[in-house]
Amino acid sequence: MATIDNGVNVQALLEAREALKGAPEAAQFTWRASSKWQKGAHSTTSIEKFFGLGQEQTHKSESVFAADHPEIFAAEDNGITPIEYLLVGLASCLTAGVASVAQNRGIQLRSVESTVEGGHDIRGILGADSDVRNGFNDIKVTFKIDADASAEEIEALVAQSQKRSAVYDALTNPTSVTVEVA
Amino acid sequence: MTTVVVGAGHAGLAASHFLTGRSIEHVVLERGEVANSWRRERWDSLRLLTPNWLSRLPGHHYSGPDPDGYMTSGEVAEFIEHFAGVTRAPVRTGTAVTAIRRAGTGYHVVTSGGELSCRSVVLATGACNVPVVPAFAAAVPAGVRQLTPFGYRGPEDLGEGGVLVVGASATGVQIAAELRRSGRPVILSVGEHVRMPRLHRDRDVLWWMDASGVWDQRYDEVDDLTRARRLPSPQLAGTPERATLDLNALTGLGVELVGRLAAVRDDVLLFSGGLRNVCSLADLKMRRLLAGFDEWAGLRPEAELPPTRVPPAARLRLDLGRGEIATIVWATGFRPDYSWLDVPVVDEKGRLRHEGGVVDSPGLYALGLPLLRRRRSTFLSGIEDDAREVIGHLAAAPAVRG
Ligand SMILES: Cc1cc2nc3c(=O)[nH]c(=O)nc-3n(C[C@H](O)[C@H](O)[C@H](O)COP(=O)(O)OP(=O)(O)OC[C@H]3O[C@@H](n4cnc5c(N)ncnc54)[C@H](O)[C@@H]3O)c2cc1C
Repeated sequence: MATIDNGVNVQALLEAREALKGAPEAAQFTWRASSKWQKGAHSTTSIEKFFGLGQEQTHKSESVFAADHPEIFAAEDNGITPIEYLLVGLASCLTAGVASVAQNRGIQLRSVESTVEGGHDIRGILGADSDVRNGFNDIKVTFKIDADASAEEIEALVAQSQKRSAVYDALTNPTSVTVEVA
Repeated sequence: MTTVVVGAGHAGLAASHFLTGRSIEHVVLERGEVANSWRRERWDSLRLLTPNWLSRLPGHHYSGPDPDGYMTSGEVAEFIEHFAGVTRAPVRTGTAVTAIRRAGTGYHVVTSGGELSCRSVVLATGACNVPVVPAFAAAVPAGVRQLTPFGYRGPEDLGEGGVLVVGASATGVQIAAELRRSGRPVILSVGEHVRMPRLHRDRDVLWWMDASGVWDQRYDEVDDLTRARRLPSPQLAGTPERATLDLNALTGLGVELVGRLAAVRDDVLLFSGGLRNVCSLADLKMRRLLAGFDEWAGLRPEAELPPTRVPPAARLRLDLGRGEIATIVWATGFRPDYSWLDVPVVDEKGRLRHEGGVVDSPGLYALGLPLLRRRRSTFLSGIEDDAREVIGHLAAAPAVRG
């Protein structure tokens, strides 16, 4: 088999898996975001530090994300809507998963593209109909993958990436959420 | 006493057979009767999912008129009892082992009928002593009856009303089908599962497992042993019609499919939205398995089985306060019970630490655990090779013979 390279260090990931099997404390991560209201629906959220492997960690640089509502909601559209950030998370998580699984299975990827569509009935958030939920009704992800692999292998890649995806899990399963005023 | 075997299921009796063959003095301690689990821990309609011709114990096999049929629990109990008789296994029934401790170079065994010392112990107490129930079962309101496969006998025992069966492995699909056929509305909560057709090219799918060598794969050849040992049982049932009992068959019966049960919140059950993917994974794995059989047999691939039909909008929540569900059956797996074993050989997940049945304490052995030494270890037909090899190790260990 020719060496394939999707830019994923699978060896490091496998080693981490083995190491953390015996050290569940080190596997406890806390991801953090700090948000600040600007005006109207506009807010900025920055992310830089997180906790993991038993200590404070820092990203190479801080990232700042603007969120707002579009003009059709009578807002200024200074950024994407908060619920669209979920699509960003899902697409990037599944894509990273496809790359790692492909690397692990010896599949060379040439291109991986996807579109994510979230169906949303906004009567929920507007309080127009109490039977309509606030969140997405459904989400559809469509992958277009060019790789040295059969259609069946590609299907298996995509299925496995869902199985190991943090964001897919967070969206498909309930999570306990606590919101407090400090 | 040289060796104590704990448990007189087929595994303990196979151990006894090989101990006798090597003239190693031993006793088989059984808390109930021979083949106790088949008499006390199976629902009424249960039949093996392995065909009769695969019911093989050392020197003992099915010789009746229906090799392709599937035994009832009662027939399995008789089959095992007959084996115990033929091999003259020294079984002490009604003797529960309540503690085992290391003592000197051997072990001290405390039972409901006295204590004994021995040089070696074979744990053959079974892999399925306790039904596993998720912690959030405690949050289910009192008005809903909850059953495990140990408490479930048959549809007649249940009141009227809908049933939620949680878990879609062999136990869950069999119970869901029988409850639906009894006329009750049935919802089946489906997590990761192993889909299989009953027949592949007119032969039992387990014939292919057996003949192609899949079941002979050894524990030290398996990629991810921990995962392989946790593999759920296949969606198979032993019926005279040799019918497939996958999710499509259940949908055809009118069973409603929902995702994995993820939480119970304020009397509402919340199901995962990942049903489609667990079905895709199972379809893919099944196709790969069957394609592997064809390749092994040098046959051109056949038309593929249709994919699992996933309801377009499977429910994500079910309000238990609305009376739709009267009973929940937890078909969420089983685990062994080692609470009486005072030897530090059980890991944080409650699993025995062993290498192919050689437990991590000199003179201590195990038989009858999933993928103990090969894939077939989980099934009756797997015990012969496992028991021969494990007892071979026991006999060769110098301190053990005495
Ligand atoms: C629902 C179900 C269906 C199955 N269907 C099939 C099938 O179709 N085909 C197949 O090949 N396999 C099947 N199996 C798997 C396997 O064959 C059975 O689990 C089988 O009973 C295992 O045999 P065993 O001898 O290892 O354990 P068991 O049959 O459980 O025997 C263990 C014995 O140990 C005794 N014991 C336990 N603890 C103590 C103690 N502390 N002191 C004294 N005695 C003790 C028990 O009373 C019991 O008699 C099935 C299992 C289950 C649970």
